[in-house]
Amino acid sequence: MAYGKKVLDHYENPRNVGTLDKDDKSVGTGMVGAPACGDVMKLQIKVNEEGVIEDAKFKTYGCGSAIASSSLLTEWVRGKTVEQAQEIKNSEIAEELALPPVKIHCSVLAEDAIKAAVNDYYEKNETKKETA
Amino acid sequence: MKDMKTPIYLDYASTTPIDKRVADKMFEFMTMDGKYGNPASRSHSFGWDADEAVSISRKHIADLINADPREIVWTSGATESDNLAIKGAAHFYKKKGKHIITVKTEHKAVLDACRQLEREGFEVTYMEPMSDGILDLEKLEAEIREDTVLISVMHVNNEIGVIQDIEKIGELARSKNIIFHVDAAQSAGKIDIDLEKMKVDLMSFSAHKIYGPKGIGALYVRRKPRVRLEAQIHGGGHERGLRSGTLPTHQIVGMGEAFRIAKEEMNKDYEKILQLRNRLWNGVKDMEEVYLNGDFENRYPGIMNISFNYVEGESLIMATKDIAVSSGSACTSASLEPSFVLRAIGRSDELAHSSLRMSIGRFTTEEDIDLTIETVTKAVEKLRALSPLWEMYKDGIDISKIEWAAH
Repeated sequence: MAYGKKVLDHYENPRNVGTLDKDDKSVGTGMVGAPACGDVMKLQIKVNEEGVIEDAKFKTYGCGSAIASSSLLTEWVRGKTVEQAQEIKNSEIAEELALPPVKIHCSVLAEDAIKAAVNDYYEKNETKKETA
Repeated sequence: MKDMKTPIYLDYASTTPIDKRVADKMFEFMTMDGKYGNPASRSHSFGWDADEAVSISRKHIADLINADPREIVWTSGATESDNLAIKGAAHFYKKKGKHIITVKTEHKAVLDACRQLEREGFEVTYMEPMSDGILDLEKLEAEIREDTVLISVMHVNNEIGVIQDIEKIGELARSKNIIFHVDAAQSAGKIDIDLEKMKVDLMSFSAHKIYGPKGIGALYVRRKPRVRLEAQIHGGGHERGLRSGTLPTHQIVGMGEAFRIAKEEMNKDYEKILQLRNRLWNGVKDMEEVYLNGDFENRYPGIMNISFNYVEGESLIMATKDIAVSSGSACTSASLEPSFVLRAIGRSDELAHSSLRMSIGRFTTEEDIDLTIETVTKAVEKLRALSPLWEMYKDGIDISKIEWAAH
């Protein structure tokens, strides 16, 4: 399969690879996908007092498009508020990376990953959210 | 190594380049200056010359497998040979019975021909091999029924390279009076085939897996005891009515020459490929979580299928673009299913998704193998640094115990 330039760029130079402390209250972790399907994405966000994502890290097991989708996502969510990050749509990722139809599921997985990370952050900080 | 020609071709199980000697020979049968006649033309020397070349080629095929030239039927390739053998025998012997036995790790040409027969009312048993990829003969015997008419088992597996015990299966099939078909596309010219010893009734061959041209193959059809087939392609009655269509002289000559060379050089090729295989395996086997798929001893060394755990196959192919290999994971064909062959031998989904098939051939060099080792090692390290599964493995988390949400 031929890959687009942006996919290759993210694949060859993935941004923000790594791991944040999942026990830190300011960190939300999303792990989506399944080894059986050939894709597992782990996305972590670190949220500051203002509700802004100041750091994001990922690790992905999957094809080049899955790696590129999650790498791009970490770039996009940095500096966004948690609410804004939740609004990111898979179609925007697919469009930016020019994913072919058979790779759309990679962008869907990325959208699932950010939603899961935000949910995890909310769960950890439930009391804080209610009082806010 | 800077001036090496990349990508390095390590996909000989997929196809091979045509040997220069073969290409030269083929060219003699194409243009005005050559012998371009129709082998079926009986009225002039153009036809006689072409017919003679076809006869010589037929003998080259027969010589390699210790058969009679009259037992060779030209086809367009192993896929057609498989179809002719399986559908042809099933149709001819359908009054005798409607049951067929084959194996889950067969080539799609065999499996899909069997599926078609199921739609026509035949019953097919798809056997699971043992975890080393080899068929358990006791289990095979237990699957045989009164109405079993055909058993189809491949010689060398195209994905993992394991060799089935054709001689023993042949004895079993013959003792029960069942037609036995063998897909030998990956074994002919690479390991010994002796049809005087092997009780095989039908055997499929391809030219392009053994340095011949694409688009030509053959089916061996045993004469003693005689095996009958119903033709699948009808027309001018060529090949004793079993396969009509003008014989492509240049293709046939190419296949004949490729098989002639294979008979002469098989032992030399085998030894060289074995050395290179050992060099490759020794170069990667000490990495953590590396698994060879299929039995180590009972295999053709030219095909190696290795799983690099916690690394996904398609991204591994991307990271190893200097070597042309194929992924056991069928992601590249857009189906997202892990290799059905690896699943059939009981590999976990992760391992099935993490495999590379590297196949070595006549023109592979030590430098090719060294660069492959270096490239694969780097790629696996890079992708493991990216892999959440590798991280979990390193943290001592048992991935098989996690409840993943399938998507």
